[in-house]
Amino acid sequence: MLGFLVRRVIQSVFVMLAVALIAFLMFRFMGDPVNSMVAENASTEERAAVRERLGLDQPLWLQYGRFVARAAQGDFGLSWRNARPVSTLLAERFPATAELVLVAAVLSLVLGIPLGILTALRPRSFPAQSLQLISLIGISLPTFVTGILLILVFSVWLGWLPSFGRGDVVDIGWWSTGFFTLAGLKALILPSIMLCLFQLTLIMRLVRAEMLEVLRTDYIKFARARGLSNRSIHFRHALKNTLIPVITIFGLQLGGLIAFAIVTETVFQWPGMGALFIQAVSFGDVPVMAAYLVLVSLIFVIINTTVDLLYAVLDPRLRVDGARGAH
Amino acid sequence: MQALSRAYSSDLAWSFRHSWTARISTLLLAVLFLAALLAPLLATQNPYDISQLFLLDSELPPAWAEGGDPRYFLGTDEQARDVYSSILYGLRLSLIVGFASVALAGAIGISLGLLGGFMGGMVDGAIMRVADILLSFPAILVALLVNGIARGILPPDRHADAAIWVLILAIGLTNWVQYARTVRGSTMVERQKEYVQAARINGVSGMGIMVQHILPNVLGPVLVIATINLGMAVLTEATLSFLGVGMPTTQPSLGTLIRIGNEYLFSGIWWVVIFPSIVLVVLVLAVNLLGDWLRDALNPRLR
Repeated sequence: MLGFLVRRVIQSVFVMLAVALIAFLMFRFMGDPVNSMVAENASTEERAAVRERLGLDQPLWLQYGRFVARAAQGDFGLSWRNARPVSTLLAERFPATAELVLVAAVLSLVLGIPLGILTALRPRSFPAQSLQLISLIGISLPTFVTGILLILVFSVWLGWLPSFGRGDVVDIGWWSTGFFTLAGLKALILPSIMLCLFQLTLIMRLVRAEMLEVLRTDYIKFARARGLSNRSIHFRHALKNTLIPVITIFGLQLGGLIAFAIVTETVFQWPGMGALFIQAVSFGDVPVMAAYLVLVSLIFVIINTTVDLLYAVLDPRLRVDGARGAH
Repeated sequence: MQALSRAYSSDLAWSFRHSWTARISTLLLAVLFLAALLAPLLATQNPYDISQLFLLDSELPPAWAEGGDPRYFLGTDEQARDVYSSILYGLRLSLIVGFASVALAGAIGISLGLLGGFMGGMVDGAIMRVADILLSFPAILVALLVNGIARGILPPDRHADAAIWVLILAIGLTNWVQYARTVRGSTMVERQKEYVQAARINGVSGMGIMVQHILPNVLGPVLVIATINLGMAVLTEATLSFLGVGMPTTQPSLGTLIRIGNEYLFSGIWWVVIFPSIVLVVLVLAVNLLGDWLRDALNPRLR
């Protein structure tokens, strides 16, 4: 178990170093950093001075080391587009994305698990059949098309919900939240539905498949033979084993939610990190791109590592195998 | 003739004749491919040619709606472009990017998988580590990143011309991992077999064994991956174009058309966004259904 943990953490550090290398190479070779620092008509000496001050005359590996050290402190320099510190830009926009992803993740679990159980326990009932069909469409529908349809129906035709922005936000320290105002909550509804829909169908289908599998196993038959009630069998015995793979997939998909928040934020003009990243991509604003990449990778790596460890804690079978290194 | 009758009685053909999803999705795809191929013949106007656009005809609803014009079956957008014609040309671009990026991903993935599986050791380890890292990031993020890097390197005035190549590169570089993993797995199995040893004894070079002997035997599952991959590639292209970092508005793909339509959603001009969306969804759904069927039909364990 300990060996597994150590190996997992070392692997994560290597992934982060690789990501930092990509970010560093972007900085170093996309456009000349000196050009963005000096005036247009700077002399060669001035340029050389800036070059020396930035440490660009030193060997590459030393520059990389310093880049990693600075990145670890959250320092990514200034945005090329509006000359503000990248860390401030990201910090301003982080709460918006975090709240959106959080609400979508909770929605997908809270709706996906019960719906999956329902379709597994009564596979031939009408709701279960129609849910299966809807989930097939949900998986094939591009997320941005879903978002546009939601806006068309609920904002343009019915006029019930806002189609852009976060509504009213309340500042708590540096964190701005939309959870405490009616307008803020209303503004969250459509974007979080759009973001969670794919996730929801995935979790629903996964729970259904796992549940059907588990219900066929011997220990369930034994539980039935003992005369336990259906409720006890389904929710105390079967559900526990069903949820273990759901945790893994959910963890992995959390990364997907953060990535697809980029699309959601574009459709709903949500002032989050994803929208910032898209602007950076279309303008070739390297510092913002690099910082976003490193930050999001860090979140992914933390999630993946946590899920792996959680998995080992939750599944006793893995704990026994742990000595040989569970995967 | 004999080959035809043999093909007709093969397992795959039998499965095809007995699966309505396979037949319907093939029919849909055939229609869409033909429409894309014959776009210049089927279109009523060339949406790239400004001299064919009449501004008086802008924002017309579909022909059957009130105020519609029979010349513009699916209506027109704010620049008087015929929606039906732009969809045909857009479909064409979407499919070109889709097929080209699948080909690129396949070429990279098959080469690396073959190399890793055949050589083993350090080479294999290095390739698979890169694949692992790439796989732990959502595809759309990797594609966006490659796209952003390419845009950063190219001068801004070249962005529009280079867009199609940048897209193909970005999507191709994102999707090769699955090919590499599958091909690597089968290569490691094939490598042990007697025909490979026989080739070695005959003095065939490592390269020759890989390309001439192992490659033809590991290509089976690649077809399934490629089909499923095509759906994903089309979707990724549409997403990137929708986000405004894909095909430019002067050369719109389906995703770009949806992006354009989205901007006019609030003026009640729904047809500009809805029709390209429907075509995109039908295309992706048909490719996915066909891919699912192919995967099941070629999987011997499910027979």
